[in-house]
Amino acid sequence: MTEGALPAGQPVTGIVEAQSRSLWGDVWVQFRGHKGAMVGCFIFFAIVFLVLFGPMIHTVDPTYLDYRAKNSGWSLTHPLGTDNYGRDIFAQVLQGGRTSLAVGITAMLLALIVGTIVGVFAGFFRWLDGPLMRLTDLFLALPLLPLLLVVVMLFRDTLRAAFGPETGIFILIVGVIGVTSWMQTARIVRGDVLALKEREFVLAARSIGTPSRRIITRHILPNILSPIMVSATLGIANAIITESAVSFLGLGFPPDFPTWGRLVSDNQNFIGLNPQWAIIPAVAISLTVLSVNFIGDGLRDALDPRIRGR
Amino acid sequence: MLNYTIRRLLFAIPTLLAISFIIFIVLDLSPGDPTGNLPLTIPPEVREQIRLSLGLGEPFPIRYLKWCQQFFINEPLNMIEQWTGWTIGSGERLRVLSWSTRSPVVDLVVERMPQTLWVVGMSQIVAVIIAVPIGVISAYKQYSIFDQIGTFISMIGFSVPTFFTGLILIVIFSVQLGWLPSVYDTTHRVTDWNSFWVQVRQMAMPTMVLALATTAQISRFMRASMLDNLNQDYVRTARAKGLRERSVVMIHVLRNSMIPVVTVIALGIPGVFGGAIITEQIFKVNGLGQLLILGIQGADIPLVQTLTFIFAVLIVMFNLIADVLYGILDPRIRYD
Amino acid sequence: MTLAKMLTGAAVLSLTAGAAFAERASDGQLNILYWQAPSILNPYLSGGTKELEAASLVIEPLARYDETGTMVPYLVDEIPTLENGGISEDLTTITWKLSDGVVWSDGTPLTAEDVVFTWEYCTNPDGGCAQASNFTDVTNVEAVDASTVKITFGVAKPFPYGPFVGGQSPILQKAQFAECLGAKAVECTEQNFAPIGTGPFTVTEFKANDVALFAANENYRDPAKPAFATVLFKGGGDAAAAARSVLETGEFDYAWNLQVEPEVLSQMQAAGKGEIISAFGTSVERIMVNQTNPDSALGDERGTVKHPHPFLTDRRVSRALSLAIDREILVEAGYGAAGQVTCNVLPAPAVYASTNNDWCKTQDIAAANALLDEAGWEVGSDGVRTKDGMRLSLLYQTSTNSVRQGTQALIKQMWSEIGVETELRNIDGSVFFGGDQSSPDTFQKFFADVEMYTNNFDGTDPETYMANWACNEIPSPENQWLGDNMPRHCNPEYDALVAEFGKTSGIEARAAIAIKMNDMLMEAGVIIPLIHRGNPSAKSNTLGGVKMSDWDSELWNIADWYRID
Repeated sequence: MTEGALPAGQPVTGIVEAQSRSLWGDVWVQFRGHKGAMVGCFIFFAIVFLVLFGPMIHTVDPTYLDYRAKNSGWSLTHPLGTDNYGRDIFAQVLQGGRTSLAVGITAMLLALIVGTIVGVFAGFFRWLDGPLMRLTDLFLALPLLPLLLVVVMLFRDTLRAAFGPETGIFILIVGVIGVTSWMQTARIVRGDVLALKEREFVLAARSIGTPSRRIITRHILPNILSPIMVSATLGIANAIITESAVSFLGLGFPPDFPTWGRLVSDNQNFIGLNPQWAIIPAVAISLTVLSVNFIGDGLRDALDPRIRGR
Repeated sequence: MLNYTIRRLLFAIPTLLAISFIIFIVLDLSPGDPTGNLPLTIPPEVREQIRLSLGLGEPFPIRYLKWCQQFFINEPLNMIEQWTGWTIGSGERLRVLSWSTRSPVVDLVVERMPQTLWVVGMSQIVAVIIAVPIGVISAYKQYSIFDQIGTFISMIGFSVPTFFTGLILIVIFSVQLGWLPSVYDTTHRVTDWNSFWVQVRQMAMPTMVLALATTAQISRFMRASMLDNLNQDYVRTARAKGLRERSVVMIHVLRNSMIPVVTVIALGIPGVFGGAIITEQIFKVNGLGQLLILGIQGADIPLVQTLTFIFAVLIVMFNLIADVLYGILDPRIRYD
Repeated sequence: MTLAKMLTGAAVLSLTAGAAFAERASDGQLNILYWQAPSILNPYLSGGTKELEAASLVIEPLARYDETGTMVPYLVDEIPTLENGGISEDLTTITWKLSDGVVWSDGTPLTAEDVVFTWEYCTNPDGGCAQASNFTDVTNVEAVDASTVKITFGVAKPFPYGPFVGGQSPILQKAQFAECLGAKAVECTEQNFAPIGTGPFTVTEFKANDVALFAANENYRDPAKPAFATVLFKGGGDAAAAARSVLETGEFDYAWNLQVEPEVLSQMQAAGKGEIISAFGTSVERIMVNQTNPDSALGDERGTVKHPHPFLTDRRVSRALSLAIDREILVEAGYGAAGQVTCNVLPAPAVYASTNNDWCKTQDIAAANALLDEAGWEVGSDGVRTKDGMRLSLLYQTSTNSVRQGTQALIKQMWSEIGVETELRNIDGSVFFGGDQSSPDTFQKFFADVEMYTNNFDGTDPETYMANWACNEIPSPENQWLGDNMPRHCNPEYDALVAEFGKTSGIEARAAIAIKMNDMLMEAGVIIPLIHRGNPSAKSNTLGGVKMSDWDSELWNIADWYRID
């Protein structure tokens, strides 16, 4: 298929050059030409850059309560003002971004990997379909909150002891979110795989004796990329919001640990008084999700050989 | 297909029993306590007495079997009695009683059905009606202005938590403009046009908040799936055959793109009965979602167990329906 | 008197007169919003505040407490006392005489048998009655005649007003509940959802955890009351939303328990539709200081008296912790008008309040530092004090609640100024207060160094409350962690005072003992009181007659509420 994408009528020397081009090189060229994806990349990396290096420039401690300066507006020391306990909003948003991005991306990846594996296996191997889908039903049916309480009770102290308080809780939260949000991806992937594996090119591959592993990686996976990309985008948003709910209930990060979701929910009461306290982190979440969505779009287009080169 | 459906239905029974048992284990392990929300002025000995009166003194397997008996035998018998007016046996059967309200859980569920169906059900319908055309047009005119705006709105709809969108709507429409009520009145009865209009007004905000989030999700999957199909060979063939563009898109592509969307909708419908916990809280709809969350917070095991089990039944059912629909949408999918 | 003054005086007169002579059910509907909805209308089966207050519209006790904490006769003509002979000389019996002509809402007369039945109902061992503690030490309740009830106690009761006084123990109708004794209590859904009462309203519809509709009681003893024809009692949402619906949108007339940031409340109040009112009872937000070692390395013996806490038993440390806290800031940030600085675990009623601990009212970082220096704690390179290789580091737990988390953050910072390192933890309320044996996170197990929550007592008598800190109340594995002495304070002197308190009568003498006990706890540093908490509610400007009380149900005088046009 790589050959098929070669522009016709290139000089002979070009063929030598083209042969050295890899699939991923093509994808990159295509991706670079995708306007939305480039804007998405730019925003995403800007956000990552800001939350990584921002706290080094804006060195105010996000948990420090400057009580005398509470509820203050925009100023040089506090660029976005302070909240009702005198914490610096800008520093909180930056610090919160680190946690939210880390949790969002890791949990999304975990859910995506589990969901895709379960979905592909259930759709592809008939004997696995029953058990795996019943497992999915079980996870869909389990009430999340009591499950969280149980998980926290069983594993919090163990993880704290093994990895220290912060990493331990991070692993716990990412694990919990990942483990409880893969089901939709699994069901969607399975539905697509069920249809795909009856398609002609899969039958053709099978008839020439291609092993199942090859069929899955070469033919099935590239074709289910679109729903996976959508799941990824929705998954990040979901993970960021779930984290705030989990932490709010006292099952996640300690109460003085800012995250975007938490800033939105903590400051929602102030919507009539200081709406920016909640709107800024909400916009940050939206921007992240939006940029990931555009990157996903670009990747999908770039990986689709049928539209490559258009 | 019929064979497959019957086999799946039979297989569903042990599956559901296993699920109910696992749910019971989770609820039992979970550290909440039914006396946890009582004022601290109630001394520990009295709390212990309350726990014993709830049957918490009995060992775990007995409590599970009791629940099974109450739910699988007593409740159906009771329902039959109510429908037919017969008396079966002595008529003295213990129903599944909630710990916090001391009333039959099934009655509570029935009481809360109307508002949940009105609000959450309507939001699903609205979402599907809006999302499918948006997804189709966005894919057909990829990267057009319509697509970009649609993408933007649906991403905001999905990434801003519902508690926040709900709050903003309340501040705008109830506080500032005073157009819509912020509190849903569950005692309201629709009897004429006037009261119907009141119902529409009180439903408007919660329905829109929920529909926004669901629309975002469905339209994204619809768009992605349409994009995959628009470049397939069969589309080119159909066009080459001289079919009208409209029927190419609306019949061939749409039908083949429905599989992920059917999955999402099939997962969403049991969710309707599960209620919408956060949105119901914000607008005080007090439907099934609020019932469930109160049950969980109050460690009301019989209530949570029954609700989640009903929920599990719906999930298994609708996943089966989705599987059957796959076969109809794409006849190549065979399960036998 | 100037003319203007006379005129306003006349206006006030006519207003109150208008209210007094108003007709029953002439003011339309009253809308009340309790964001935690009542789940049942029988307070004996629930015990929660919301159920108790919703039920107080319908069923009544013999006497209630008014907004000042004074007892007011409701179903009786006078409160029995030693002076009028209602209480026997040996303090073991109290005799109540029901008023003539009180009828239930179904028209049948209230008799002494109903009162006796209520006692039988709640003390039935299989019933799981949540208010059983109101009947502690009661050995018998008998109907002397149709309108006289005699309650006998097994011991001398200097304060015999536990049973049938206050919203916690209203009278149930025998005819209605006769079939619901013991284990049958839970099956009487119909009765539990619509009890027949003597109160100003009757239940017309009840949806558990959602909404209750009440209508004026045709047979209420005062023919001019209640002014409202119906009451809509709605639940759901959260505290901020409830405040908004009274103060900003005006959809509701009254909303309860509004623990919301003070800035937000005052902004909402600015809309001019309603106001925040609050009443102070005995609730104190306090920090409990663990006297035992919560180290998980101790296994089954963690948190027991076998292992004293490595440093919190030193009263200088806990005194320093208390001195470092600026309570004014805590009030301002989290409570506003609904909180007052307090240095006592027993802040009210006024006679019981001690003034000997007022040193804690002002923050004194220097004094706190001096105390820690004296106790041998030296500031390390990272600003945290150490002693013998041990860091002055605390695990500080509380229940999940946005105001508590704010308080936690503030205190953490105040403590960091005296070189104390703090790790915060919040636990979901149903787990923290739940007392589940298998959970390590309950407030009884107290597997942390300090923990914060609010406690209070019912009514006005602190006897049982102060007995919480006796040695036999210490939670431990032996008593399945049941016990109210969270800090594990144990002092024989204190126990002696508890015993003495149980025998002393006369308000002054009792107050002296209570103050002594309170001061003893403060001196020992096992409790760091922070805030005397009020109970903020919102009421619409068009609602009159509200006299908020924290000693009884907030809605205790709902019969007197009326609409201001």
